[in-house]
Amino acid sequence: MGNVLIFAEHQGGHFPKTTLTAIHAGLDLAKKRGASAIAVVTGDAPESAAAEIAKYGVAKVIALAHPALKNYLADAHAQALAALARKESAEFVIATATAMGKDLFPRLAARLGAPMASEITSINDDHTFVRPMYAGNAMATVELDGPIKVLTVRGTAFDAAKPGDSAAPVEKQSAEIDAGALKMEFVSFNATKSDRPQLTEARIIVSGGRGLKSGENFKTVLEPLVDEMGAAMGASRAAVDAGFVPNDLQVGQTGKVVAPELYIAVGISGAIQHLAGMKDSKVICAINKDEEAPIFAVADYGLVADLFKAVPEMAEEIKKLKHS
Amino acid sequence: MKILVPIKRVPDPATTIRVMPDGSGIATDNVKWVINPFCEIAIEEALRIKEKQTGEVVLVTIGQSTWQEQLRTGLAMGADRAILVKTDAALDSLAIARILAKIAGDEKPELIILGKQAIDDDSNQVGQMLAEMLGWPQATFASKVEIAADKTSVTREIDGGLETIAFKLPGVITTDLRLNEPRYASLPGIMKARKKELKEVAADSLGIDLAPKLKIKTLAAPPKRQAGRKVASVQELVAVLHTEAKVI
Repeated sequence: MGNVLIFAEHQGGHFPKTTLTAIHAGLDLAKKRGASAIAVVTGDAPESAAAEIAKYGVAKVIALAHPALKNYLADAHAQALAALARKESAEFVIATATAMGKDLFPRLAARLGAPMASEITSINDDHTFVRPMYAGNAMATVELDGPIKVLTVRGTAFDAAKPGDSAAPVEKQSAEIDAGALKMEFVSFNATKSDRPQLTEARIIVSGGRGLKSGENFKTVLEPLVDEMGAAMGASRAAVDAGFVPNDLQVGQTGKVVAPELYIAVGISGAIQHLAGMKDSKVICAINKDEEAPIFAVADYGLVADLFKAVPEMAEEIKKLKHS
Repeated sequence: MKILVPIKRVPDPATTIRVMPDGSGIATDNVKWVINPFCEIAIEEALRIKEKQTGEVVLVTIGQSTWQEQLRTGLAMGADRAILVKTDAALDSLAIARILAKIAGDEKPELIILGKQAIDDDSNQVGQMLAEMLGWPQATFASKVEIAADKTSVTREIDGGLETIAFKLPGVITTDLRLNEPRYASLPGIMKARKKELKEVAADSLGIDLAPKLKIKTLAAPPKRQAGRKVASVQELVAVLHTEAKVI
């Protein structure tokens, strides 16, 4: 039985919740297969990050080091992970479908000549997987053939792995990379500056849609409520298309898939592609002036109202509640 | 510059998708078929690059005869010629990427632009697989593309911000939503498109292993979420979120 190799994506040594869900899914898969789960952490000096993830229940952590792995680039990472997967006799290679996972894993699959299932939401006992298609309007059960199989998991579909008392051994390895074949160059990263929680980590998300009418209104009308609630801010594709907010706030089929405790949709009609990104939220609440809006069909609590009046009022009510 | 743009035919994004009762697929009666929205953005980007520096935009798709419709639409937008790789088989992403790698080997484009994701399978795989098979650099989820002779730089929309990467052509770029606003086909464009070359190639004739390694065994409708109730005021909303749902 081959091993399960989990790609543990880190952000400067910190492991976001999305990585812990890949660990959880990898552990689950290894258990069902009677196999060992191995985590791999990449970088130019990934040892301390590797030691951090060793507490999360895997059998071994590999700190895969190479100067070309300092800044993430798909070609170097695909080379390094493909070589490692073969060396460690991996039957499955798994990561979460973050921007990095989505960029890297298909390239890795092609390098391994392996089939890949994207954004799986469950692992069946018979070694088939379930994944959404058609914006989540169909759930496909898929089977993968071949000695190595590549998977990304949907971050909202699995719990985060929890740290235990003991730590797995960390093994440092030098990545096998043919530097002459590398053709990509990292230039810069412009981080979106925000003190708010990330969309994929937040307990509460307040999202705005076309109903907000302008980027300015996101700032003056929506943001006070977002911050009063300590929430992350999201947006519908329509709001992104209209240029109100940047694309990394987009919740939906082609943006981020989220499942917070509370999702508040403001001025969002509820197009299929938006629902695909948030319908697994625990509690959904919608504020929209159109009582026929499809968003109300999935909302636990709906308020038919003019958002420009209701949202500031809600921020006030939240403030009162916090002080009571 | 020669630019290859692989495109896919998908159900109109506004279509309500229904799974067949036997789980064999989706109901396709009354479905309107269109070019995948991200592929339209890819065609538009290729046309803009061509308009700036001359060259040729070649479309390619892999499917049945009816997929000609989407190629004609792309030609009407302004692409120069099109290739239909004909097959009735259900192919997985690896097979699609292998076919495209073969076409790229024959056509020798300097750039391949394609959509980041098709909105039917939602796999987001083919561009990256194709780049690896060709040994080319890749820039996925592009929101800005700057082509230059010595260096092409691409801004990518990733978690937490914008990343810029650079490479020397040839390369593969996949499009994100905000790269551009695709044009509509004009009437003269539609007339001209009828006379443009549309070549058909049988997928079986390419000598590629097309047997799928990823098989869809069955499709099921997702669990339905029940609508809740309407509340009358902001005060009531905050109260129920606090006392009933206990989420604030």
